[in-house]
Amino acid sequence: MKDNIILRIVAKLLIPLVILFALYVQFHGDYSPGGGFQAGVIFSSALILYRLIFGLQAGNEVIPRPILKLLASLGVLLYAGTGVVTMLMGGEFLDYSVLADTPIHGQHTGIILVELGVGFTVSATMLLIFDAFAGRPLATQNTTTGKRDD
Amino acid sequence: MVSQHFGILLVALPLLAAPVAALLPNGRSSWTLVMAVMTLCLPISLSILGDVIDGELIHYELGGWAPPWGIAYTIDGLNALMAVIICMIGTLVTIYGRYSVAADIPENKQALFYAAYLLCFLGLLGMCLTGDIFNVFVFLEISSLSTYALISMGHNHRALIASFQYLILGTIGAIFFLIGIGLAYAATGSLNMADLAIRLSGSEHTKTIHTAFGFIFVGMALKAAMFPLHQWLPRAYTYAPIIVSTFLAGTATKVAVYVIARSVFTVFTPEYSLKTLLNELLIVFGAIAVIHGATQAIRQTAVKPLLAWSSLSQVGYFMMGIGLLSATGLMATMIHMFNHALIKSALFMAAGIFLYQTGSLRIAALSGVGRHMPLTFTAVVIAGLSLIGVPGTVGFISKWYLVLAAVEQQAWWIVGVVVLGSIMAIIYVWKLVETLYFQPTTMPAAPYGTDHIERNPALIVPIWILATACIYLGLDTGMSVGAAKAAVNSLGLATP
Amino acid sequence: MINYISIHWISHYNYWAAIVIAMVGLYMIIGHNNLIKKVAGLNILQTAVFLMYISMGVITDGTAPIAAETFTIYSNPLPQVLMLTAIVVGVATTAMAFALIVRIKETCNTVDEDELLEREGHQNGNVEEW
Repeated sequence: MKDNIILRIVAKLLIPLVILFALYVQFHGDYSPGGGFQAGVIFSSALILYRLIFGLQAGNEVIPRPILKLLASLGVLLYAGTGVVTMLMGGEFLDYSVLADTPIHGQHTGIILVELGVGFTVSATMLLIFDAFAGRPLATQNTTTGKRDD
Repeated sequence: MVSQHFGILLVALPLLAAPVAALLPNGRSSWTLVMAVMTLCLPISLSILGDVIDGELIHYELGGWAPPWGIAYTIDGLNALMAVIICMIGTLVTIYGRYSVAADIPENKQALFYAAYLLCFLGLLGMCLTGDIFNVFVFLEISSLSTYALISMGHNHRALIASFQYLILGTIGAIFFLIGIGLAYAATGSLNMADLAIRLSGSEHTKTIHTAFGFIFVGMALKAAMFPLHQWLPRAYTYAPIIVSTFLAGTATKVAVYVIARSVFTVFTPEYSLKTLLNELLIVFGAIAVIHGATQAIRQTAVKPLLAWSSLSQVGYFMMGIGLLSATGLMATMIHMFNHALIKSALFMAAGIFLYQTGSLRIAALSGVGRHMPLTFTAVVIAGLSLIGVPGTVGFISKWYLVLAAVEQQAWWIVGVVVLGSIMAIIYVWKLVETLYFQPTTMPAAPYGTDHIERNPALIVPIWILATACIYLGLDTGMSVGAAKAAVNSLGLATP
Repeated sequence: MINYISIHWISHYNYWAAIVIAMVGLYMIIGHNNLIKKVAGLNILQTAVFLMYISMGVITDGTAPIAAETFTIYSNPLPQVLMLTAIVVGVATTAMAFALIVRIKETCNTVDEDELLEREGHQNGNVEEW
């Protein structure tokens, strides 16, 4: 599809805006609706659009697969790690209040860290799922594709 | 200071380790990490059980948010006992996995296998420990999704189909459970189990609450493979890799049974359950499950499906124990879950050893193998006797308590079902033992040289720990009965 | 009579919709042999649950649950948060199911359940040698 100039130009215009919106949803999530899940999905949709237009190969060059796997794991570690840090600082698991000098600052720090972890994992996992399906070599095609059931 | 966090650490440690295990370069290093997590979790769970056995409650609020708004872990004897069962089986299965995973799972997937295994482990533990009913759903899905992945790693394409069927049925079960939670929330405005119990007991029993109860029960019954909803289990256990069957047979259905027990006894009180058809349903379907499972087990021609159907038969005993809605009945269920975890894990592990030695699990192909593998064969005999319920083994104690509970309520026919189920267990256990030991062997006198698989300590040590426990806990009944008694007492029921 | 109907039936139309959607989903799971249609049915069934939860959180004349001085009546945010979790679970389940279907299609060359089971000669719940 990369030969189609309209698709290419529109994608190039849209992708930065989509990523920007994802970052807004991610980092404004502690004041307004949003957070890691939504931001992660929006972010990955921008990169999936890139893959759809320019191909999987080009998509993999933007973020290589091993880095995606690392990000997916890192996100979970960031989430659970925040919980462990709060425990070490004398609070309960995921009690963000102890993270900074005042509980309110602590809550802000904590929720941003945790949602960042969620965002990493969700965006990386969505891309990995897409790549796993789209990048799979076509199965050996036979003529018998199974009877229709309707 | 650390001990106050023990409850959450059981969930947090595997959660931290799972992504690391997925990233490690090879299976051996992932195994080391999993083993390290297990060796931390087992003493932690034992310490929790030690803390709550006197009737104390451990209360832990996640993030410092008090319930009913925040998620709280409320640990009493019942969840502590379940956590011990899961950690114990998890540890032994991990030791066994040192050989088994290397033999069954392709090298490039082993790290991911261990990550999924840790997630399954943490999901099951979370379901047991949490005091928030929506949190149960989340952990249920964590454990289920990883279970589907684990089952699909079996040798041939049938594992894929079995996994898919389980995925469809398991997800329907989870959705039913979710609908039930939603209706209970709509009726009461709370998701915390203790808080739900208070609000439900104070409110009028409307249709919404009845429906919520029905959905929660049916959803969990599907996950527990209770009689009419059991179709997914035999295929899933049969085609999954040995190590997965072993782990699931020891833990998965029992956790679902625990959630049912928790819903019946804590959230909706036994008095409420008595007004519904629940106890009749549980007892009648439990009795059918005992007989049907055993009948199918006798018909099987391969070891793994035989053990799987036998598991279904045991789920019938769990159901009858809960269905009696009495302290003794629940005690019988708890003891039987503990014992069955020991017995069935030992038997699946033994099946694995036979498989690695002979390359087949058809019963006909195993004739006379037991004579060449005395250690494994003796463990099979011990576990088989426990499965039947011979006095002196653990199986006897749980059936004894079930009979006591039935006699309490003058339900003599249940005693008959227990006896009949045990007789049928004799038949299918004998079928195994007879082929393994008394049939003429097709192999030469000493077919296995120095690479005798039975000499591998990673395989034989866990199986013998389980077999020894079957005998020891059968003679010294204080431990398991005491723990079950504490579990039942913590629900506010008086035990005999 | 009309009053009764409007209170007990029409005013709860979103719950009726949830029930209908759930039945459509369940029927697709049971009635179709195509594995992909089964997964679609599963997703529809999940959607019904989302609708049910979101409906029960709605408060008449309430706004979105965002802290602002001008609004005092807002919907219950909890069911919406719960459904966020359920949606994520649903995505994971669907991805898992499709992954299995791709593998089944590759090894068995069909996604029809009857054909799959027929090929293996399963009857009567008797499980063949593993």
